Amino acid sequence: MLELSDLQKKLLNDFQRNFPLTPKPYADIAKQLGVSENDVLNALNELDEKQCISRIGAIIPPNQIGVSTLAAMSIPENDIERVAAQINQYTEVNHNYEREHVVNLWFVLIAQNAVHLNNVISSIENETSYPVLRFPLIKEFFIDLSFRLDLAND
Amino acid sequence: MIENKDYLLLAQIAEGLPICSHPYAIMGEKIGLSEAQVIERLTYLQDRGMIKRLGIIVKHATLGYRANAMIVWRIPEADIDFVAQEMLKFSFVTLCYQRPMLPEWPYNLYCMIHGKNKVTVENQLAQLIEQCGLETIEKQILFSSRCFKQRGAVYTAN
Repeated sequence: MLELSDLQKKLLNDFQRNFPLTPKPYADIAKQLGVSENDVLNALNELDEKQCISRIGAIIPPNQIGVSTLAAMSIPENDIERVAAQINQYTEVNHNYEREHVVNLWFVLIAQNAVHLNNVISSIENETSYPVLRFPLIKEFFIDLSFRLDLAND
Repeated sequence: MIENKDYLLLAQIAEGLPICSHPYAIMGEKIGLSEAQVIERLTYLQDRGMIKRLGIIVKHATLGYRANAMIVWRIPEADIDFVAQEMLKFSFVTLCYQRPMLPEWPYNLYCMIHGKNKVTVENQLAQLIEQCGLETIEKQILFSSRCFKQRGAVYTAN
């Protein structure tokens, strides 16, 4: 079972957004939580080592910068690893999941412009010899709250 | 205005902010910006809504949230905004997007539910259907089985 300290739980739940844009952000977080900067750095490094966090990063809304689309393919089970690996070679692909459905491979592409995005999708179709369905975003319905993690040990 | 160096900056932040005393300075060094410039441009991008959320990106699976389902719905066009707002009242709904219907995939509203296991997610979905009155709406439920890639977008300069 994953053992997390109180500090780690606080960091996970309270700093999914509004990360300080200041010269010493971790020191500022430490001040808010009444601990030292080193405590925060150590806690985060451990969360990173334990694969509890993906990164400290930014969520960019789709189509604000560049163009993006959700895409999907129907791949026979015995070929899915090959196709997933080919798709992952593209730096334009940032998420790629297998889902339990006939339409089983779902990925997100982002590129600086529509021409480039189309070229990448065409290349994927040619290389894998399966068609790609495209589902570009029409509208995002915003969620204001962070996802509340229930981190009680159970 | 988005400047070329902003793409370099977004590429850096996509990799993740270093965990050290002066992370913005370290980030800036790699792309020829000072710490102050990095903070100034990130603040600008955030104020303009080009960065929606700066912070810790958690790995739900390691933290015990092992099930996630994408549910796609066929909602009458005129009702989409209303239904989406109703869905977002549930804290377990973590994403809600409108996307185009295709003849081979006639669904226009996508939502995501994260839960500790499949049964939890199924119960949450049942609750969503009942409380939003979606019993007769066509849908598909797609649980994720394997993650082949999850990371920030890579931005390249012109």
